[in-house]
Amino acid sequence: MSGPSIYEPKTGIERWLDSRLPIIRFGVDFMDFPTPRNLNYWWTFGAILAFCLVAQIATGIVLAMHYDPSGAGAFNSVEQHIMRDVNYGWLIRGLHANGASMFFLAVYLHILRGVYYGSYKAPREVLWLLGCVIYVLMMATAFMGYVLPWGQMSFWGAKVITNLLGAIPIVGPTITTLLWGGFAVDSPTLNRFFSLHYLLPFVIAAVVALHVWALHVPGNSNPTGVEVKGKTDTLPFHPYYTVKDGFAVSLFLILFAWVVFFDPDAFWKVDNAVAANPLVTPAHIVPEWYLLPFYAILRAIPDKLGGVLALGGAIGVVFALPWLDRSRVRSMRYRPTARIFFIIWVLSALVLGWCGSQEPDAQLFPGVTTFTLIDYDVNSVTWISRIAALGYFGFFAVLYFLPMWEKTLPVPSSLFTPVLGHGAAPAGAVAAPEKKG
Amino acid sequence: MALRHFLAAAAVCAAAAPAAATTQVNPQDVHWSFEGPLGMYDQAQLQRGYKVYREVCSSCHSMNMVAFRNLGDKGGPFWNPKYPNPNENPVVKAIAADYQIPDIDSDTGETIKRPGTSADYFPNPYANPVAGKAANGGALPPDMSLLAKAREGGPAYIYSIVVGDDANIPAGLVVPPGKHYDPYIAGDLTSYWHGDPNKVPRGGVIAMPPPLAPGKVTFDDGTKPSLQQEAWDVAAFLEWAADPKMEERKQTGVAAMIFLVLFSGLLWMSYRGVWRNIEH
Repeated sequence: MSGPSIYEPKTGIERWLDSRLPIIRFGVDFMDFPTPRNLNYWWTFGAILAFCLVAQIATGIVLAMHYDPSGAGAFNSVEQHIMRDVNYGWLIRGLHANGASMFFLAVYLHILRGVYYGSYKAPREVLWLLGCVIYVLMMATAFMGYVLPWGQMSFWGAKVITNLLGAIPIVGPTITTLLWGGFAVDSPTLNRFFSLHYLLPFVIAAVVALHVWALHVPGNSNPTGVEVKGKTDTLPFHPYYTVKDGFAVSLFLILFAWVVFFDPDAFWKVDNAVAANPLVTPAHIVPEWYLLPFYAILRAIPDKLGGVLALGGAIGVVFALPWLDRSRVRSMRYRPTARIFFIIWVLSALVLGWCGSQEPDAQLFPGVTTFTLIDYDVNSVTWISRIAALGYFGFFAVLYFLPMWEKTLPVPSSLFTPVLGHGAAPAGAVAAPEKKG
Repeated sequence: MALRHFLAAAAVCAAAAPAAATTQVNPQDVHWSFEGPLGMYDQAQLQRGYKVYREVCSSCHSMNMVAFRNLGDKGGPFWNPKYPNPNENPVVKAIAADYQIPDIDSDTGETIKRPGTSADYFPNPYANPVAGKAANGGALPPDMSLLAKAREGGPAYIYSIVVGDDANIPAGLVVPPGKHYDPYIAGDLTSYWHGDPNKVPRGGVIAMPPPLAPGKVTFDDGTKPSLQQEAWDVAAFLEWAADPKMEERKQTGVAAMIFLVLFSGLLWMSYRGVWRNIEH
């Protein structure tokens, strides 16, 4: 798709370098990459996420210079040293801790864009799989990062999540002991997590490079889902999309800066202002918001191994999406029925997230006791989780079976027709006019 | 039909968000000078609050993360622009010198106590946590450095706990010796309640006796030391202790927002310019 290189070395030294390491050619062609001209703002999250990764690594490296990864010193090195004594430590920590939430906000919108517009479909399956790998690595990194301040929620979160691995038959206990560096979550665990938390972002960066490579083979999808037919459908990435992405990154930064400067405790858990104490269990152990839907699925299953499998399945099924969705139509712009299920899927995830933040036996209707079914009263958060989990997993089944009966709208013959108005206006342009880039 | 159930559940969820039952009374609605994106600390209030901490709270509560010099930091209770280096601030030096700090004699190696310097941290009232527990009926008074961040409701919670401690004990509630009723603390009063079993009062018990009373401290600025005033001031001081960089943070934030909005505007104009003749 990228076509022949446009780079022509003009000076002697450029020709010399080009025949040895064509790095300038790579950069020039990278910036000139032909990009569909109809991409809307949902396509700017790639750039936003690249920014987030670089920002997390940069702030993280500075934090590591001031952080003490020991059970005795970690809490004070963050709350006393970094937050009070390090110059602008409050800012670097605020950027890093809230940056994780902003990173996940952006990645969720990026994933939702991919699902809505069918970006995972052939020939972009590998691109999708690499994205899923990045997401899993992000979750692992964020989880271990949350442990590092060594507050009560850090400690007990680490304990709950690492205990899950113990549910894996045969090897589970060994894995848990290795991860703990002993027989309980303690200073050795913190040391390991710090080491891995420093390592994984660079693994993410490497997979991001593969992700971009896999993007540059078939090229971007676009809101119509119709493949680019030729040069007239595309624009060079630079300056057209550098400036558009730049604008989107700047808007994103306004939101980010608002949180960091005016509401830095927006995602704060009060228990984490108390140093880790293995003898005092917090009343209510909850993970960060971006993991809550999976936490709700985990707790919805009354069996520990079953819960872990459901949790793994909820993530694993996303990997299988390119093969589960059998529709020939790529973009949901032309799939009105699938669109309804997409909305239900998103709502299910939001409801699961809410359930994950509540006590499992909290009542939806206060004071109403109905009857117990599979360990929990029907009027409980757990039962809402179960129903929402059905909505979550059901979406993937719908994508598999729906195409047998699905009535889709006419798809434009080329990406030009809707955007430039050549010929008759296709139905798709009417279906979602607000999505027009 | 899973789908229909699900939609119904989703609708109900959205309507009934705080479904979890709370056993305690919500903190009182207190107003602060540091509210909102532009709100700053009231230095006179921080000074009054420090006095309450010094004369009352500090006899049981440590504040390990705060050094004397922090009192003279920008945004702190005794910040004085004449002394950009807080270690030279005479008020800070005097406060520090008033404390006896455990140390080691550099000649003999024996443990000694010496007057504090502005670089020292507030000393712990107890030799160790066990001594703290033993002196307080088994409950260690929490460290106050991050207390305002460690409780739901922050300074309003601290204010409410202090004014609610032992106030208006409902008839029929028999609190065991060494404990005190407080409507703002989480707990379950069923076992202490001798009235109508369906009307158990909300709240819980706390080991701390009512710490403040009208006139317990004398404010240097002549403010009348009512219970509410003392509680309000010390809660504001503890908010500062937990978030001493707030003023610097908000001031930097205003500059950052102005820059980002202008920068976004420039990028928007560049975007419009670059895409001027492109149909898309």
